[in-house]
Amino acid sequence: MARCVGVLALQGAFREHMTALARLGVAAREVRKLQDMDAVDALIIPGGESTTIGKLLIDGGMLDPLRKRITAGMPVYGSCAGLILLCRNIEDSEQPRLGVLDATVRRNAFGRQVDSFETELSMPVLGVEPVSAVFIRAPVLTSVGDNVTVLAQINGQAVAVRQDNVLATSFHPELTTDSRIHSYFLTFTV
Amino acid sequence: MEQGTIRLKTGLAEMLKGGVIMDVTTPEQAKIAEAAGACAVMALERVPADIRAAGGVARMADPTIVKKIMDTVSIPVMAKARIGHFVEARILEAMGVDYIDESEVLTPADDKYHIDKRDFTVPFVCGCRNLGEALRRIAEGAAMIRTKGEPGTGNVVEAVRHCRQVMDEIRQLCALPDAEVPNFAKEAGAPLEVCLAVRKEGRLPVVNFAAGGIATPADAAMMMHLGCDGVFVGSGIFKSGDPAKRAKAIVQAVTHYKDYTMLAEISRDLGEAMVGIDISTIPAGERMQERGW
Repeated sequence: MARCVGVLALQGAFREHMTALARLGVAAREVRKLQDMDAVDALIIPGGESTTIGKLLIDGGMLDPLRKRITAGMPVYGSCAGLILLCRNIEDSEQPRLGVLDATVRRNAFGRQVDSFETELSMPVLGVEPVSAVFIRAPVLTSVGDNVTVLAQINGQAVAVRQDNVLATSFHPELTTDSRIHSYFLTFTV
Repeated sequence: MEQGTIRLKTGLAEMLKGGVIMDVTTPEQAKIAEAAGACAVMALERVPADIRAAGGVARMADPTIVKKIMDTVSIPVMAKARIGHFVEARILEAMGVDYIDESEVLTPADDKYHIDKRDFTVPFVCGCRNLGEALRRIAEGAAMIRTKGEPGTGNVVEAVRHCRQVMDEIRQLCALPDAEVPNFAKEAGAPLEVCLAVRKEGRLPVVNFAAGGIATPADAAMMMHLGCDGVFVGSGIFKSGDPAKRAKAIVQAVTHYKDYTMLAEISRDLGEAMVGIDISTIPAGERMQERGW
């Protein structure tokens, strides 16, 4: 069966993920409504505002069905806001979430926008060459469960993780031309 | 590690896309905006409709108000500085505001020069009425653009005019033969290299939001259809009868702007919209959109 990757397009940088997938020659479609999910085999949750996306997921009746699909094994990748939405625990927040990733996240962990930064980040699963990582008002994972593999960290805190079919990064590969993280995610779908 | 790069500045604007940025004047309003799904708030002392009514010189908000709003919400907080007032901008940057709007809603502080925004770590958004104005602001370092519209009127016609104007000029610029581009740049008053960036991308090199007169979910959805990446709503929410409900409706309208059945549902029972102003009744000298150069 031909695979099709959905990009959650409720709010945020969904266009950049669509572009990244197009660069890799992968069929992709924007997901705005629950029905759009029927046609996709995997999902990317983009960066954006996690509280906004969470509310729109609830308003659209998508939160529970999405959680069921992910729990049943659908590959999902969340960047920044997407990572927050995937986490089970969010420090100091009751905001809506999918809660499928066994981890605790701290939002805006590096500070405000003036503290945002770019850095070269070692991520061995992608090879020896570091990734150019863009952190914008970014979160970090302050703790992760035993079933979660840490793929990259900054100051000893996880900023990229995998738990079976779930991939999450604090940073935004979609803002760069390095496609390795998207390629790595696509290996989950075969 | 690098900070304050153009990628970080334009990147935050990319994250705001498909969202609604709401004007708020108190922590209570900021909470309502966040709960309604705003992707950011603009912290102000007065919304544009009240600035218009009050007259006199409008300046940067009291830092106490901005700080209280920053402490109240987890979403990005923007604040306005006067056109050309680089010290107001430095103060807002020092406070840790996430985005600065160099805004015609406030009284300009310099009648010739906008702020040199390249030199700041904090990113800036600026208003425009046409492509030349947008590209001059981008050349000065703006990492996000919005239409000027006519703030505080609840009348979308000027935002529509400015958006159509920008889009029309982008199409013209992209269709020109190479030999005619330098003259286009000259006539638009825009730097050639930014014109070339537009031709390469087929669009503005930064995110472009609608602003200035959006009052209903249908207004917001129309601006998305015209090619805007998101919307600012100033007076339209907290000058209406039921701000929480209208705010949530506008957030949904920006996401589902192509789904008219959904828009019909979203637009129901929102209470009184803000009272609008016919643009022709505003004397030319009092139109905020004329501010900026």
